[in-house]
Amino acid sequence: MEQAVEIEGVSKSFGKKEVLSDISFLIGEGMIYGLIGPSGSGKTTLVKMIVGIAAPDAGAIRIFGVNVPNLELLEKVGYMAQADALYTELTGKENLDFFASLYPMKNAARKKRIAYAAGIVNLTAELGKRVSAYSGGMKRRLSLAIALVHNPKLLILDEPTVGMDPELRLSVWTELLHLKKEHGKTIIITTHVMDEAERCDIVSLVREGRILATGTPTELKQAYGAKDLEEVFLKAGRENR
Amino acid sequence: MRILAIVKRIIKQLLRDRRTLALLFFAPLIILTLMYFFFNGETEELVLGTVNVDVWFTAALEESGVHVIPYEEAGRKTVIDDELDGLLLVSNGEMSLVLLNEEPSASKALSAQIRTAAMRLAAEPEGRPQEIVAQYIYGGEDTAFFDVLSPVLIGFFVFFFVFLISGIGLLKERTSGTLERLMATPIRKGELLAAYLAGFGLFAVVQTIIVVAFSILVLDVVVAGSVWHVIMINLALALVALSLGILLSTFAATEFQMVQFIPLVVVPQIFFAGIFPVEGLADWLQAIAKAMPIYYAAEALKAVMYKGLGFDAIKGELAALLAFAAVFITLNLLVLKSHRSL
Repeated sequence: MEQAVEIEGVSKSFGKKEVLSDISFLIGEGMIYGLIGPSGSGKTTLVKMIVGIAAPDAGAIRIFGVNVPNLELLEKVGYMAQADALYTELTGKENLDFFASLYPMKNAARKKRIAYAAGIVNLTAELGKRVSAYSGGMKRRLSLAIALVHNPKLLILDEPTVGMDPELRLSVWTELLHLKKEHGKTIIITTHVMDEAERCDIVSLVREGRILATGTPTELKQAYGAKDLEEVFLKAGRENR
Repeated sequence: MRILAIVKRIIKQLLRDRRTLALLFFAPLIILTLMYFFFNGETEELVLGTVNVDVWFTAALEESGVHVIPYEEAGRKTVIDDELDGLLLVSNGEMSLVLLNEEPSASKALSAQIRTAAMRLAAEPEGRPQEIVAQYIYGGEDTAFFDVLSPVLIGFFVFFFVFLISGIGLLKERTSGTLERLMATPIRKGELLAAYLAGFGLFAVVQTIIVVAFSILVLDVVVAGSVWHVIMINLALALVALSLGILLSTFAATEFQMVQFIPLVVVPQIFFAGIFPVEGLADWLQAIAKAMPIYYAAEALKAVMYKGLGFDAIKGELAALLAFAAVFITLNLLVLKSHRSL
């Protein structure tokens, strides 16, 4: 399998506090890779460095064999930030249209992609409303649609399902699995919801800037003799003390 | 094109923000109008003392609303003691005028009235043109305050409002996380900066034209030189304000911190803008004045609007303004670099 993302010895400190220390892992093309950990564990910093909006103090990151940061590479990356970065004065459609027009796309193709992305997150009916009138969940959905709008090969989603009701979460996950299977997309997802972690192909447990364990959910449960990932997390955490 | 997409977005956002639009377009007009009335308080009746002035002239003056008090003998002391706005003396057929000039606008109005009256009489068959020599008790001929002040004020308001709104515009982008989100798209920093300059620049152009047109058409501010030069200077100043606002927004974490730059960056500019004469200041203060963009804009605006000079007189100042803008834009590119290296 080709490697979509290669992370080699990445470290990052803010002031004296080391938030990531010597992280290395590979993400194969066409899989859903979960970064699981509590808030403050360094997931978001790691994800930002993969996108290229934060620079590591040491180490290197490559996406599809190209060193990050690289402008052309960003055309192949769809990023959904943890905080909704939307223009609240504009409507949902105008937000989608604006972000879409930052990528090289023909007008007709852009319209199609906007309709498609809005459909996936079930926002088609609300596209004409201003974002300032959206609920928290609707904003998350719009952010996800924006990450998808330019048809990227690699999706990087930072806590995408926060604030979504179970029904919508299910439909988002169904779509993510569909994107992986039918379109061969690679998806990196951070979450602290364990049942979402179970759906990933590979998960890395992140705590205090270190990776405690990596593997498929089944492998991890077997290795730690645990009945679910939550227990794996607890056991792995104790071992690392 | 990416720049165009951002420009379009900025325009849409601003057009939906009615309050900010009103601040940008109408606040300068309100303040200018207030200043105009404060400095041009012409409601008071003009009082003129006369010595040896003939009946016709007196009648002509009273007709145009001047209150005339005839004296047997009077001088500068009379003007001060009797609180006259002026004193018109005729001796050997020569007219001379003493102006109190406590309020320059009153002196200006009074000498205008006297000149009109003299001209009207001169037009009649037995009349002859009169040369009137004016003396001033306070100040001098050049102290028509609003005329001096208005070029400075126009420049200042263009600077202030463009600075504030562009700065807060980019700041909002930063605090809402959309700037970081934009950095995850293939946009270049130069493109982002160019789009911001163009998007807010458009509003600055509209604002400049509204302010200049209002000053000339409604407030009767005299523009001795070319109106195009006035607009040109203000646009150069708006570009400086735009790039400085965007630059300083980098160092503010909240809108309130952006407002804190006003006393620090904007207010000192007023002192060096020529409302108070810079030439009389200590050398080190004059050196500071030369580091203030508004100083150059005010000098150029005064040259065009008040002195009626042409392009040659203002090209140095225009070049200085553009140099300021170039420096701020370069600094912007350097500062934006700290987010992503491209």
